[in-house]
Amino acid sequence: MTANLVTANLLEIRDLRKSYGSVEVLKGVDCDVRAGEVISIIGSSGSGKTTMLRCINMLEEFQGGTIRIDGEEIGFTTSGGQRRRKSDKDIARQRALTGMAFQQFNLFPHMTALENVTLGLVLVRKMGRDEARALGETWLDRVGLLSRKDHYPSKLSGGQQQRVAIARAIAMSPRLMLFDEVTSALDPELVAEVLQVVRTLAEDGMTMMLVTHEMRFAYEVSSRVIFMNGGRIGEEGNPREMFAAPKTERLAAFLQSSRFN
Amino acid sequence: MNAPPSFVDIVWIARWPLLYGLGTTVAVSLLAILGGTVLGTLLGLALTYGNRVVRLLARAYTDIVRGTPVLVLVLASFYILGTVGLDLSAFQAGVLALTLFCASHVGEITRGALQTLHKGQTEAAKAIGLTFGQTFRYVLGPQALRLALPPLVNTAAEMVKASTLLSVIGVAELLLRTQEVISRAFHSLEFYLLAGFLYFVVNYAIERLGRAVERRVSVQ
Ligand SMILES: Nc1ncnc2c1ncn2[C@@H]1O[C@H](COP(=O)(O)OP(=O)(O)OP(=O)(O)O)[C@@H](O)[C@H]1O
Ligand SMILES: [Mg+2]
Repeated sequence: MTANLVTANLLEIRDLRKSYGSVEVLKGVDCDVRAGEVISIIGSSGSGKTTMLRCINMLEEFQGGTIRIDGEEIGFTTSGGQRRRKSDKDIARQRALTGMAFQQFNLFPHMTALENVTLGLVLVRKMGRDEARALGETWLDRVGLLSRKDHYPSKLSGGQQQRVAIARAIAMSPRLMLFDEVTSALDPELVAEVLQVVRTLAEDGMTMMLVTHEMRFAYEVSSRVIFMNGGRIGEEGNPREMFAAPKTERLAAFLQSSRFN
Repeated sequence: MNAPPSFVDIVWIARWPLLYGLGTTVAVSLLAILGGTVLGTLLGLALTYGNRVVRLLARAYTDIVRGTPVLVLVLASFYILGTVGLDLSAFQAGVLALTLFCASHVGEITRGALQTLHKGQTEAAKAIGLTFGQTFRYVLGPQALRLALPPLVNTAAEMVKASTLLSVIGVAELLLRTQEVISRAFHSLEFYLLAGFLYFVVNYAIERLGRAVERRVSVQ
């Protein structure tokens, strides 16, 4: 609690390092996120954007550095120079502090849209069935899919599946939402409906980090843009300044090569 | 002299031994299938999620048992376990052998089904804060069951067939009872056909049951 008051940061990443085998893919990332910020993470393929998001909710274990949410250390405890992985139970609880939407949606195919949304509410948030249903319906309504609540994922379009997946994550009332290229697997004509949902959440004040290749969208919704380059943060700042006058060659080249539409 | 009794008459006379044999066959098979399914599911979890040592042990078990003829397993659990002081009745030894055999197959089926599931399913479950137990119970298990059901039904039918091997150690299951009746009353062709028909009925029932479960768990 004290840490919380002093720093006022929702998320604090310090010197985050992550390797796959002997290949270091995050080489010391520092990043602070305040409540209400909308942060777009851009950068070329393989620069570590996905890996960074996945470390924040411990889908990947990292070898160095710390991640804190509301002052609470995520995944590991460090005391007296000793670093220990937290218990599976603690990690499961900490994962519910963040919500994540994936490129491939990953809806549970054997559950209806509504069941997808209520599963975590019942099992993790310990809500009663009725309360969970009501909240699930509210969120499906917010993403425009209340009429599809009893549909199985296979009967929904990609855009609809992604909106259900976002509702599933956000219904858990996470402190921070992580979006990993949520429109990359969609047919072009379905991209807008999903971006609209994300935009609405941003406007409602949800704190979020989104990895995206949609430069115009990043430009429009973000309060800050982070440019990842070779496992480090290459440049960060307000999107208007960054896109208009990139400070580094790499960002200039990257923006040049990205379709800005 | 009276006319010799017809086949139907003999079946009637021998109805109790035959029914008893059928009951034993069903009991042995059910116990082996139930035990094998429980043990096999655990094996499948060990094969899929265990650490190196656990995986290695589970793999060794599965491969060795699956590579051994069932008859050898049956004889081994009856004769060898006796020599090390574990005195099992023929029935117990037979059920044990079939259970171990069934488990090795169910283990492999479970592993196959779990590995077919996209890893995004586990990640999505983790991301909303589900524990491993909850993830298996609500997300992976139901999907794996759907995939595993057809081969599981197959395995169950194989267990019924394999139960005939218990006749070798003197378990009075359907085949052994049939042979006893034949040795006293002849009509061997008819009796073997009858036994064959009864095995078919049991396996047909298993298949129907499997279909019914499949329909219940399937996504429309
Ligand atoms: N499971 C893994 N095993 C080994 N290497 C991996 C694994 N996942 C990612 N990597 C490597 O880590 C590096 C960073 O990958 P990451 O997925 O974070 O990049 P990204 O910035 O999200 O790229 P993209 O824009 O293509 O999604 C890449 O070089 C990638 O090959
Ligand atoms: Mg990525």
